[in-house]
Amino acid sequence: MIELHEVTYRYGGAPILGDVSLKLTPGSFHFLTGPSGAGKTTLLKLCYGALTAGQGQVTIFGQDVREMSRDEVAMTRRRVGVVHQEQRFLDHLTLAENVALPLTVSGRPTDADEVTDLLHWVGLAGQKDSHPPELSGGERQRAALARAIIMSPEVILADEPTGNVDWEMSIRLLQLMVELNRMGKTIMIATHDLNLIRSAKAQVQARVLRISKHQVHLAGADL
Amino acid sequence: MSALPNPLALIAGDKQADRVVPPAGFTARLTIFTAAAMAFLAVFALALMLATGRIADSWGASLAQSSTVRVSAPTGQVEAQVAAVLEVLATTPGVAEAQVLSDEDQRALLEPWFGPDLPLDTLPVPKLIAITETPEGYDTAGLRARLAGEAPGAVLDDHTRWREPLVRAADRIRLVGLAALALIAATTAAIITLAASASLAANAQVIDVLRLVGARDTYIARAFVRRYTLRALAGAAAGTVFGMVAVWLMPAHDSSGGFLTGPGFAGLQWGLPLLIPPLAAIVAFLATRRAAFATLRERP
Repeated sequence: MIELHEVTYRYGGAPILGDVSLKLTPGSFHFLTGPSGAGKTTLLKLCYGALTAGQGQVTIFGQDVREMSRDEVAMTRRRVGVVHQEQRFLDHLTLAENVALPLTVSGRPTDADEVTDLLHWVGLAGQKDSHPPELSGGERQRAALARAIIMSPEVILADEPTGNVDWEMSIRLLQLMVELNRMGKTIMIATHDLNLIRSAKAQVQARVLRISKHQVHLAGADL
Repeated sequence: MSALPNPLALIAGDKQADRVVPPAGFTARLTIFTAAAMAFLAVFALALMLATGRIADSWGASLAQSSTVRVSAPTGQVEAQVAAVLEVLATTPGVAEAQVLSDEDQRALLEPWFGPDLPLDTLPVPKLIAITETPEGYDTAGLRARLAGEAPGAVLDDHTRWREPLVRAADRIRLVGLAALALIAATTAAIITLAASASLAANAQVIDVLRLVGARDTYIARAFVRRYTLRALAGAAAGTVFGMVAVWLMPAHDSSGGFLTGPGFAGLQWGLPLLIPPLAAIVAFLATRRAAFATLRERP
C-alpha cells in the first residue's frame, strides 16, 4: 500500500531520515515512536505525499510520489485518512460539515445519517451543530478521526493523536483505532507515549518502529 | 491545472464549494470598491474618447467637403476674375456647387473681429467663393493649375492645413483614451490580484485543511476565483451605472466649448459602457485564477 525504499530526507541540508525502508501492508497496525524531533512527522508526511523524498522512492498505492501530479496527490489523500496532533478545522463550518468535508471536496453527496452515525461512533453526535472552537481537545481529536475516516480510507495515519488529551481519552481514541484496524484498515500511529503502545499491544498485533539516529528500527521486546 | 471553467457554471456556482471559503473580510470590500471606481473612470475615459473622436470627425468631415477660393485683384478686375473662377469651377468634375459670398455674408464673417459697421466697400477685402464638393471630390492640383491660368488673383484653399492637425489630434486623443482604458484594466487586475493574494494568505489554514482532505487545486481555486469574479462584476456594474448617470448629467455639447462640453455617448454608443462590467469580471477572473494557482503551488 505504502512503501518507502531507501528514503533519505533532509531539512536545510541536515538529514532527518537516512536510507529508510518501510512497508505498510493491508490491515497492518504500526506504531512509530522516537524522541521529539526524531522525524516521526516527516515520515508520516512522506507517506501521504505532503513531502517528497530527496533520495529513494516512496510509492503510495503503487504510484511513485515523485511522478504524481498535484491532482494525483489530492486523489491519493482521499484514500489515506490523516489525523494530526494539532487538528485544523474550518471554524466557520459546523462539526458535521467539517466531518463531511472530504465528501464535499470530492463531489460526493453527503448523507446526513451517515455523518450522524459516524459522529455517534466517536461520541460526538450531540455536538454535530457545534463549531470547532467550541470543542475540547479530546472532542477535536475524535472529530478529526471521524473526518479522516468518512471516505472509508484504506490507510489511516495519525500523528501524536493523543498528544493533547488525557489518558482516558487516549484510551478511547486507541480503541477507535483498534476497531478500525479490525475492519481491515491499515493504521500507523506516531507517538512517544509508550504506555499507549503497551496498552494497544494487549488488544491488537502491532509492529512498533522506533526512529533513532535517522534510521527506522523494529523495536525490541521491551515494548 | 484544468481548462477554463464554463462561465455559466462559474456564475451558478456550487453551494457546497462556496461554503468552504470563510465569509469575506476587507479584501471583499477592496475588490468591490476597486472595481466600482475603475468602472466609473472607464466610463469617463470611454465617453471622452468617443466624444472627442466624434467632434473631430465632424470637424474634419465638414472641412473635408468644402473649400474656398479667395480672389484678390486690383479694383476693376475683381468681378472679371470672379466670373472666370466661377466658369472654371462650373466645368470642374467633383465640384457640386460654387457660390460667391455676398457682402452681407462676408460682413457677418468679419463681424466678430471688426464689429458690425465695417465699411466693406472701401476696404480691399478679397472676394470669397465657397465650394461644396461632391463625395468623390476634385483634383486639387489640376484645379489650382487651371485657376492660375484663368484667374491669377485666385487662391484655392482646400482646408488641408486645418484638417490635418485636427485629424492627427483626434487620432492621438483616441490613442490616449485607449491607453487610459488599458491602464484602468491593468490597475484593476493588479489591485484584485493583491486582494486575492491577501485573501489566500489569510486563508492558508483553510487551504491546508482542504488539501489534507483531498481537495484538488482546481476546486480550491474555483471557490476563490468565483467570489472575486462576482465581486468585481457587482462592483463594476455599480461603478458603470454611476458613471453613465454622471455622463448623462454632464452639460450638453456646445460647439464653443469644444470637447470639454458634451463628453457623452450618442445613440448606440450608450451600449458600450455595458461591456465594462463583464470585461472587469474577465480581468478579475484571470487575475484571481493566476494568484490562486501561484499560491496553491507553494502549499504541500
